[in-house]
Amino acid sequence: MSKDMSYAAVMARKNEIMKKAIGIDYSVFESGGISFDYERMMREAGYTLEEMQQIQAETSVGNTPIVELKNLTALARKLAPKGKGARIFIKDEAANPSGSFKARRAATAIYHAKKHGYKGVVTATSGNYGAAVASQAAKRGLKCIVVQECYDSRMVGQPEILEKQRACEAYGAEVVQLTVGPELFYTFLTLLEETGYFNASLYTPFGIAGVETLGYELAMQFREKIGRDPDKVVITHAGGGNVTGTARGLLKAGAKDVEVVGASVDLSGLHMASDRDFNRKSFTTGHTGFGIPFATWPDRADVPRNAARPLRYLDRYVLVKQGEVFYITEALSVLEGLERGPAGNTSLTAAFALAQEMDEDQIIVVQETEYTGAGKHPLPQLTFAKKNGIEILFGNPDRDEPGKNIILPAHPSDIKIRDYDIDKARASYIKNCINNYKVTEITKEDFEFLVRDAKTDDSFVEGVLSELNVKIK
Amino acid sequence: MISAKKGDWVQIRQIVLKPEERAPQVPEDTKKVPLELWVKGIAQEDAKIGSTVEIVTATGRKVRGELTAVNPRYIHDYGDFVPELLKVDMQLKEILFGGDSNE
Repeated sequence: MSKDMSYAAVMARKNEIMKKAIGIDYSVFESGGISFDYERMMREAGYTLEEMQQIQAETSVGNTPIVELKNLTALARKLAPKGKGARIFIKDEAANPSGSFKARRAATAIYHAKKHGYKGVVTATSGNYGAAVASQAAKRGLKCIVVQECYDSRMVGQPEILEKQRACEAYGAEVVQLTVGPELFYTFLTLLEETGYFNASLYTPFGIAGVETLGYELAMQFREKIGRDPDKVVITHAGGGNVTGTARGLLKAGAKDVEVVGASVDLSGLHMASDRDFNRKSFTTGHTGFGIPFATWPDRADVPRNAARPLRYLDRYVLVKQGEVFYITEALSVLEGLERGPAGNTSLTAAFALAQEMDEDQIIVVQETEYTGAGKHPLPQLTFAKKNGIEILFGNPDRDEPGKNIILPAHPSDIKIRDYDIDKARASYIKNCINNYKVTEITKEDFEFLVRDAKTDDSFVEGVLSELNVKIK
Repeated sequence: MISAKKGDWVQIRQIVLKPEERAPQVPEDTKKVPLELWVKGIAQEDAKIGSTVEIVTATGRKVRGELTAVNPRYIHDYGDFVPELLKVDMQLKEILFGGDSNE
């Protein structure tokens, strides 16, 4: 108890606390520079696909159904040029124990914690992952603390996050709620230190690998049901784990030609750590406030090396608007009889627009859904938006200003995707590596790592490096 | 005045960081307010709202803080009716099924 608990002192103990709380010695994968052995880390610190399927089956996670959205496809075909309008499918991940694909990530993390003798787990998340960790911890008899960024300084909480609090408490977890700010990490560290519990981070190799079963299952289900792999898989992108795990699973199934598309809600203009902006957004995840920072600097996470590296796997990254996602959430409900989301429907919104670019005989899959409940539904979310001074309008969603208004499409033909320039994200990632490591020259090994980690070619990386006046040894 | 009896399920509040202690990267509006924390547990003594109380949380941690609620209610719900969503629903059905002609 004589430990210095000041902000600076606790942050300075970060590495020591994390090492005890994760039980992975990341240094063995390090090169000493920018590069590290990602595949070796995934192999040695994670689990094999077979082990994960086994672990997840023990707690009834996975094997979720594939559902063809015939009415939504019919609507897309009405709006598309003749012969266009791919078949739209969803993988109903809401069927997992805690109502989202996050159960897959939590299942392997909790199994790992239990196996290594931890008495409990701590996780920092305001989203579905908290409920997933709480649910899996309940099933394996571990104690669980979920740390949430929940309120603004008036103690007004996002309805969606309040619902996650309820869900976590329903699964028997302790929920620690905080006001807005990145210092949540400080509280998180103090809890890990105090309890000696496992850090059920979203970004460990076993957490990310837990999602591989999703991509693998998806490919197998399509081969069984349709006789071939889908053409595109659309994945809601926030921290990068959903993209990384799903894409790795597809590759493990040999589905090499599937285009991997990431989709986020465009929240540009809102500051994620702002007390004022916090309750002016209607999406707490799946948005650009996470999607872009985590793509361009994955190692910002609560582990030394993030196993979620979306740029390694993304073929395309598209943005949709808040109003469009609410519209499609309604469509899923009234045309398909499925109340899901809204946040998980970000990728469905993108798929609805993408399908209209594709031929009728092609297949596009949305690889997740999430449960709906009080607080986590278009009604409470738009009610909350109105109470926070956000205008709900009909019109062209392209004219929306996050934090000021939400523009519902006047017609479903107004639903669009906006391509985010992945090369811009790649260049930004390379710049972040150089800036964070404060180097003026890099090794051949670092260079090769950057090519792989940004999924690009030698000349692209050379170009960015020369702009930065960085030499290759 | 609402008060808690020893053994009641309560919520407490703590100030984690005062405004002047906040991290340097925090935006200006956030820097003006403290970082606050709320957690629930079983009261270890009788206490009035606003007074300091010790609780034992769901994981067995002992935490002290200012009593803010007794048997705290979940306040989130399905919100108000949002007429704009009804308009969306009707439009979707009209486009796909042709409204009244679909009987």
